[in-house]
Amino acid sequence: MIKNLLSAGDLDRADAIRILDTAEELLGVASRPIKKLPTLRGRTVVNLFFEDSTRTRISFEAAAKRLSADVINFSAKGSSVSKGESLKDTALTLQAMGADAVIIRHHSSGAPHRLAQAKWTKGAVINAGDGTHEHPTQALLDAFTMRRHLTGSVGGDLQGKNVTIVGDVLHSRVARSNALLLDTLGANVTLVAPPTLLPVGVDHWPVKTSYDLDSSLEKADAVMMLRVQAERMNASYFPSAREYSRRYGLDTTRLNRLPDHAIVMHPGPMNRGMEITADVADHVRSVIVEQVTNGVAVRMAVLYLLLGGAADESTTEDSSTKDRE
Amino acid sequence: MTSTVIRGARLLGAEPTDIAFEDGVITAVGDGATGHDAIDGTGLVALPGLVDLHTHVREPGREDAETVLTGSMAAARGGFTCVHAMANTEPVADTAGVVEQVWRLGREGGYCDVQPVGAVTVGLQGAQLAELGAMADSAAGVRVFSDDGKCVSDAVLMRRALEYVKAFDGVIAQHAQEPRLTEGAQMNEGPLSGELGLVGWPAVAEEAIIARDVLLAEHVGSRLHVCHLSTRGSVEIIRWAKSRGIDVTAEVTPHHLLLSDDLVRSYDPIYKVNPPLRSNDDVEAVREGLADGTIDIVATDHAPHPMEDKECEWSAAAFGMLGLETALSVVQQTMVDTGRLTWAQVADKMSTKPASIGRVENQGRPLAVGEPANIVLVDPSAKRTIDPRDTASLSRNNPYSGLTLPGEVVATFLRGRPTVRDRALVEGSNA
Repeated sequence: MIKNLLSAGDLDRADAIRILDTAEELLGVASRPIKKLPTLRGRTVVNLFFEDSTRTRISFEAAAKRLSADVINFSAKGSSVSKGESLKDTALTLQAMGADAVIIRHHSSGAPHRLAQAKWTKGAVINAGDGTHEHPTQALLDAFTMRRHLTGSVGGDLQGKNVTIVGDVLHSRVARSNALLLDTLGANVTLVAPPTLLPVGVDHWPVKTSYDLDSSLEKADAVMMLRVQAERMNASYFPSAREYSRRYGLDTTRLNRLPDHAIVMHPGPMNRGMEITADVADHVRSVIVEQVTNGVAVRMAVLYLLLGGAADESTTEDSSTKDRE
Repeated sequence: MTSTVIRGARLLGAEPTDIAFEDGVITAVGDGATGHDAIDGTGLVALPGLVDLHTHVREPGREDAETVLTGSMAAARGGFTCVHAMANTEPVADTAGVVEQVWRLGREGGYCDVQPVGAVTVGLQGAQLAELGAMADSAAGVRVFSDDGKCVSDAVLMRRALEYVKAFDGVIAQHAQEPRLTEGAQMNEGPLSGELGLVGWPAVAEEAIIARDVLLAEHVGSRLHVCHLSTRGSVEIIRWAKSRGIDVTAEVTPHHLLLSDDLVRSYDPIYKVNPPLRSNDDVEAVREGLADGTIDIVATDHAPHPMEDKECEWSAAAFGMLGLETALSVVQQTMVDTGRLTWAQVADKMSTKPASIGRVENQGRPLAVGEPANIVLVDPSAKRTIDPRDTASLSRNNPYSGLTLPGEVVATFLRGRPTVRDRALVEGSNA
C-alpha cells in the first residue's frame, strides 16, 4: 500500500479495489449501536484545514474516531497561520507533536505534495482537497457509491460503466480525481461543460469531453453534477446563472432521459436551482446523501490501510531492535 | 599596475595565443606577448567580459535577498564584467537619485560595472512616465528603461515611451505579459497546468504584447527590446518583425534554454519563474532562435529570493531563479556542446550585443590592442555539480541544484584587474 494519498493517480487498480473492499467491510460499523473499532487506538490524526470545509473535516473526523484514533483539528482560522506562520512551520509543529497522519485541505494546489515531499512531516499525508487540483478520497467515495449501485460486486471494478461528469471541470478537484480513478477502474468518463470551463489540455486526459449535456445522458450509468459557483459568471466563464442552468443544469426533463438504473451524484455542497434542481436532488435516484455516509466508510478504509500498515512496520522494527539488544 | 599576460588561451575558441594587458588596456595579442604576471591559459577559452542586460540586485529594499555588492560578486564568478540592474527595487529606480545610488554602489563594489535600468513608469504603476530624461542625464547615464516584473500594458503609454527615449538613444525593454490573460497565473498553460490544477500563463499573453509592440516600434520608428522571450510564437513574431526591418532585439534566459515545464510536476517552487518554464517544443524554438540570430542575446534574469519565499506551497512562492553564476555553463551545454553556437557567437550574444543594446561604451569590446581588458577565461572541459550553497549570492534559489553542467570560469578581469582568479572570487576587488 502507498504511504501517502496525494493523488487519485497514485492508486493502481489493486490498491483502489482494496480500499473499496475495506470500506465495504467498515460500512457495517456505522450501522452498529456502538460505532467504534479499536484499530487506531493511540495513533494521532491531525485534520489540517487551511480552507473552510466542515463537511470533509467532520467526515475525516468521524472516520478517525470510529477507528479510535486521537483527532486534532487544526483549522487555519484562529490559528497561528492567520498570523503568517508558514506551511512548513505548521507542519514541523504538528510533527513535533507526533502526528501519525496529516489530513490536509489547502487552497493551494500541490500543498499536500510539498508537505510530503519536503519531508516536513513523517506521518502519512492524505490530501483532503488541494486548490483546483485533486480530492482523492472524494473520488474513492464516488467510486464506492457507483460500485454498490451499478455492479454490487465486492472485489470488482467499474469496467465499461459510463460516467458523465458535468460542470466546472476547470476549477474542480473532484473532476480531476474522478477522471483518474474511474479510468483506473475501467469506467468510461465523459466530461460535460461549457468550453470555458474545460481546462486547456483536457484532450490529454483519459476521458471524452462534450459541450452538450443532452447528448451525454442516454447511455450514462451515473451522472455527477459539479458545484458551480455563481461568481464564475463575473469572470465571464458563462453569461448568467440562468443560462448556465438551462444548458448544463440537471432538471426532471433531463433526468427522465437517463436509463432507468442510472444514479445522480453530487459531491456537495449543492447549489439547488443552479446545477441541479431541488426535484432532482431529492429524487429517489439521487444518491447524494448516501455519498456522505459512504464518505466516512471510505475514509476509515484509507486511514486503516495507510496507518494500519505503518503500525505493523513500526512494530516489526521495534521487535528487531529488541532482538539486537 | 603591473602588466599581465595570458599564455596559450583560445581567443574566442580559436587557436591558442597570448593576450597581454597593462593599466586596464590590452597591449598585445598574438604569440610572444609579454608581461610580468603570467597566467597559464592552456585549455581555456578567452572571451570578452560578459554583459548581462537583465539582473535583479534587489538593492535598495530587499538587501536580505541580494545587494549590489553580492550581486556583483556573483556576476564576476559567472564571468560578467557588467550587469544591468533592473528597476523593480524598493523604492523603484524611477528617479535620478535611485539610479545614481545603484550605479555608485556598483562602482564602490568594484566587481563589475553596474548599469542601472530605469523604470518606464512611476513606481512601475503603468500610469505615468517616470522622468526618463533625468535618469538618462544622471551620472548613471541610463539608456535601458523597463518596468520588468510588470508589463507596460497600456498601448498609449508604451507608444509614448518608445517615442520619448529616442531623444537620448534609449531603449524600452518590455516584460511582455498581457495582465488580464495572466491574472493569478502560476505556470505555463498547457496540458500540465490543467492536470496540476495551477492557473495557466498562456503563451498568447506574451505573444500578443510582443506583436503589438513590434508594430508600435515600427510605427513610431523606435527601438524595442523584448525581455526573456519564452515561446515558439514569440520567436516567430520577432523573426517576422526583423524581416520587415523593425528595430527590435530580444533576449532569452538560460533557464528557458534548458528547463521545461514538466519540472513543475514536483510542485517545488524552485521552478517557479516569470515568464514560466515552457514546453519542450518552446525550449527547442528558443534554441533555434538564438542559433539563427532571431534572438540577439542571452540575459540571466537573475532573481534572488530569500529561502522563506521559496520554501512554501507553490502559489505562495515568489517568481524567479538565480542565474549569473550558471549562465555561461547553461549556454555551453545547450548551445556550444550541441554545435549550435561557436564561442565567437557566444561572445557576441553574451557580451558584444548586450553592451550594444544597453549602449555601454566600454563593455562588449573586441579582444584587441587598445581595447579595455575586460576578459573572462573559461575552462570548457570542467564539469561542475551545482550546489546552491556554493555562491556569492545571498540567495539559494538555484534551479540547477544537483545538475552537472559543463564549463567553469577560471578568471575574470575587469579593466585588467582580476575579480576572479584560479576559479575563486578575488576578495576586496575594490582595492
